[in-house]
Amino acid sequence: MNPLSERRFIIIGVFVLVGLVFIARLFYIQVIDDTYKLDARNQAFRYTTEFPVRGYIFDRKHKLLVYNEAAYDLMVTPKEVKELDTTDFCKLLDITKDEFLKKMKKAVQAPNSPRKPSVFEKQLSPQDYAALQERLYRFHGFFVQSRTLRKYPMKIAANMLGYIGEADKDMTERDPYYNEGDYLGVSGVEKTYEKVLRGKKGMHILMVDVNNSPKGSYMNGLYDTAAKPGLSLESTLDADLQLYGEQLMQNKVGSIVAIEPQTGEILALVTSPSYDPNLLVGRARNKNFSKLYLDTIRVPLFNRATMASYPPGSTFKLVESLIGQQEGVLTPETRYPCSAGYAPLGGHPKCEVHPSPLALYDAIGYSCNSYFSYVFKSIIENKKYHDTYVAFEAWRNIALSFNIGRKTNSDLANELRGNIPSIKYYDRIFGKGVWKASTVISLGIGQAEMGITPLQNANVATIISNKGWYYTPHIVKAINDNPNDTILNRFKVKHYTAINDTLIYNNVIEGMSHVTESGTAHLLKIEGVEYCAKTGTAQNPHGHDHSVFVAFAPKNNPKIAIAVLVENAGWGASWAGPIATLMMEKYLNGKVVRKELEKTMMDANLIDNNKTTEVKKKKK
Amino acid sequence: MERKQSNNIFSDVDWVTVLLYLLLITMGWLNIYSAVYNEDHHVITDMTQKYGKQMLWIGTSLLIALIILIIDEKFYTAFAYLIYGIFLIACIAVPFLGREVKGSRSWFRFGDFGIQPAEFMKFAANLAIAKFLSNQHIKIADYRNTIITLMIIGVPLLVIKILQDETGLAIVFVAFIFTLYREGLSVNYLLLGFLAIVLFILALLVNNIYLFLIILSLCVVATLFIRRTRKNLFAIALVGLIACGMVKGTSTVYEHMEAHQKIRIDVLLGRGTVNLKKEGYNVNQAKIAIGSGGFAGKGYLNGTQTKYDFVPEQDTDFIFCTVGEEWGFIGSSVVILLELALILKVIFMGERQRSAFSRIYGYGVASVLFFHLTVNVGMTIGLAPVIGIPLPFFSYGGSSLWSFTILLFIFIKLDSHRLSILR
Repeated sequence: MNPLSERRFIIIGVFVLVGLVFIARLFYIQVIDDTYKLDARNQAFRYTTEFPVRGYIFDRKHKLLVYNEAAYDLMVTPKEVKELDTTDFCKLLDITKDEFLKKMKKAVQAPNSPRKPSVFEKQLSPQDYAALQERLYRFHGFFVQSRTLRKYPMKIAANMLGYIGEADKDMTERDPYYNEGDYLGVSGVEKTYEKVLRGKKGMHILMVDVNNSPKGSYMNGLYDTAAKPGLSLESTLDADLQLYGEQLMQNKVGSIVAIEPQTGEILALVTSPSYDPNLLVGRARNKNFSKLYLDTIRVPLFNRATMASYPPGSTFKLVESLIGQQEGVLTPETRYPCSAGYAPLGGHPKCEVHPSPLALYDAIGYSCNSYFSYVFKSIIENKKYHDTYVAFEAWRNIALSFNIGRKTNSDLANELRGNIPSIKYYDRIFGKGVWKASTVISLGIGQAEMGITPLQNANVATIISNKGWYYTPHIVKAINDNPNDTILNRFKVKHYTAINDTLIYNNVIEGMSHVTESGTAHLLKIEGVEYCAKTGTAQNPHGHDHSVFVAFAPKNNPKIAIAVLVENAGWGASWAGPIATLMMEKYLNGKVVRKELEKTMMDANLIDNNKTTEVKKKKK
Repeated sequence: MERKQSNNIFSDVDWVTVLLYLLLITMGWLNIYSAVYNEDHHVITDMTQKYGKQMLWIGTSLLIALIILIIDEKFYTAFAYLIYGIFLIACIAVPFLGREVKGSRSWFRFGDFGIQPAEFMKFAANLAIAKFLSNQHIKIADYRNTIITLMIIGVPLLVIKILQDETGLAIVFVAFIFTLYREGLSVNYLLLGFLAIVLFILALLVNNIYLFLIILSLCVVATLFIRRTRKNLFAIALVGLIACGMVKGTSTVYEHMEAHQKIRIDVLLGRGTVNLKKEGYNVNQAKIAIGSGGFAGKGYLNGTQTKYDFVPEQDTDFIFCTVGEEWGFIGSSVVILLELALILKVIFMGERQRSAFSRIYGYGVASVLFFHLTVNVGMTIGLAPVIGIPLPFFSYGGSSLWSFTILLFIFIKLDSHRLSILR
């Protein structure tokens, strides 16, 4: 044997060694090192988002309130733009060359990047898109992403429905579902039910070749997800009643809240002045938004029905009557005198001239301030507590159980708490042990620091009509045609107040009947309907008194409870009353026969006469 | 010893080797299909596409293999020098007679198809080396014979490099150093060659002053550990001087390289700033493609980096990227192991030859295949500079497939007669 043949082992050794080194190296770059996988994805994949269709919103009779319209975002990937006929392109989009350059610059700069597609022109209409689409192939680097825009056929309930905005950086950090520029509900129902309405975004992975031309979907779409359309909402709103309410409230400042007492369903939620919700959609959105936002006189973006807190005024006398009876210091026969005011404090609070002394029904009927000052004093100085402050606390707790001074927890975004002042508060103002019933006597007639939102006031009317219970007021009754969706469970829980004796309620309801028969609202009749009401004239430290009216109808087996407030309009019976009775007439009778009154109300312009007044906005 | 002559030319053919060959060309063909996959021409036999053409090359290769097996084995020994001469002349002639295609002057064109004579120079040179060294009177250790052997290798190398400007095709001839080592070339040549490569790399990466100091201190250390005879001291001094000379020479060699070669070396060694969009593009894309394959790969025809042209030359020199991307670590390891298995099989077959000619030829086959495998796979995974040579039996191309087939099957033919005579 050739001794040189030993050398074959060296050669074989070298060959095998090289093979092993290669396999080790492959193991490193293929299995251990992940950077190449990432690079490959970045190069060969283009991720496109499929935006779901947002859920529709219907009213309680399945009338369409909100639907969608197609719009198209023109996207640009600056790095892929080449051989662009700028003049032609600008002409097609109806922009100047300067605007073009500005938009391109924006698309290149952070947070955008030359490699990343970003929006070049937002929300083109279907017509503009049609014109563009034919020639889009000539504009390398541009493509169109379809979006949906909200559309409001009836132009009503703008503040209640809310509007759509774009997710900003803050939002994307809080909720990674969103990317910057995604649409989301910012206010109203759109915000509360965002997760239901939005659906789920879909993702498509598209493969591209070295020239960035699409090569079909990755793995035949194995990793793609389809967009899930948003679910529809059935609102509790009665669109016709809502529209009627908005017409009645036009050129007035204030709100109407109507609730179906048996269910807590909100039938109408009017805030005025309002706006056409279609203004906050599409390319003019930002311009319109700042216009509405900067309108500090009319404040159309402010939802007074839930966000404005007013002194309840005389409407609080109803709760006062209930508490007095519950605490055993008041019966329907209890009589107090009135000398055009509350005599013990030198005629303050003041009152109108009416028969005196008088019992409970008439006191409610005439809305006697003196009477309810006596009642309040008797509650606070109730012997059974031996202590004014304990009695005050008891009074306050019962009032709180009527959902005054705390949020109703409805599904309306942004709700104000309202206020019933606490002992702590008065201790701070007047000093511990210094203040007594006479110090805070105006609480008895719903003035002083008391605050209530129109929604809460309507809920109080609901409670009285139900004789002691209510469902949390709400605006959505079914999700995707399913009224038993778990999201709505909290609206199926019956809440009881601290007063559960129906006799007590009957007495107050009788008093409210007096209001419409012989009392402050005796001029306001609804044909064929016996109803219960209470007028209010809320003293307003900032200007003219607010006109307030709460009511429910019919007296037996009520179908609607309502609270109306017209700012700076004076007597409750002169503005809020007529509007409330017209609403009830419309809802219960289906038509209004008091055409004269209707016309007067609709035509009245209380804003331009009274520009100096301002809404009293309280911080949450 | 005269063995009973069989009537069948296929008796004694080493079927394992043939099977490995068939396996590799089939896998190669399937990967070419995937690399240039085109939905409009999805039939693998579509002759307008490279996979269709490769099928033609495979068919003709099998025909050539058959012819080689039919031809009497004495033909290859008898005409070894003649074959060498004919192809050498073809190599010299092609730059003058052939048509220039894409700046390359190494092709004879026949319509759509082309032939590169330089590819066939490999087996021709291998035959000539085997013929020369198998002469019983020749000892390679002889100074004169070493020169002649190196000339058999060096002349085609220089012709192809200088006349045709095909660095990849030329540099393959360096592979025969393994054959020469097996046949008795002093190990010092190999070590010197190895030293030269190591020092070349170091000289480009490390300040030369440090290298000189390191070489000096290594020489001093060496003197402490060996018997300090005059001969040993002289050898150490000589090695030290040669090493220093190599370091010094590196910059000169580097400066005289062509720009793209300098860049390829820079990319490999990571010298300076490598722009991944320009000079670093190929290697980076190759690594992305292979690296993104992961453990099990993306699946056949599901590669994105190779199919969508991110990797250049993905059907020829960078075919291994398709393997790496679509078949992952498993697939690429299998390909390396198969290639290596074929190479080692050839070595084992070589060692069982009685005839020196057959053995030497066999080592030549193994050396050439190994060199291709090392450089081709090495460049795609960033372990070797980019030199445009194909992966044996895998890469698209008629000339290379024919050339490898001829190279291998002459040996299979010789092997099938290993017991018949002593040449």
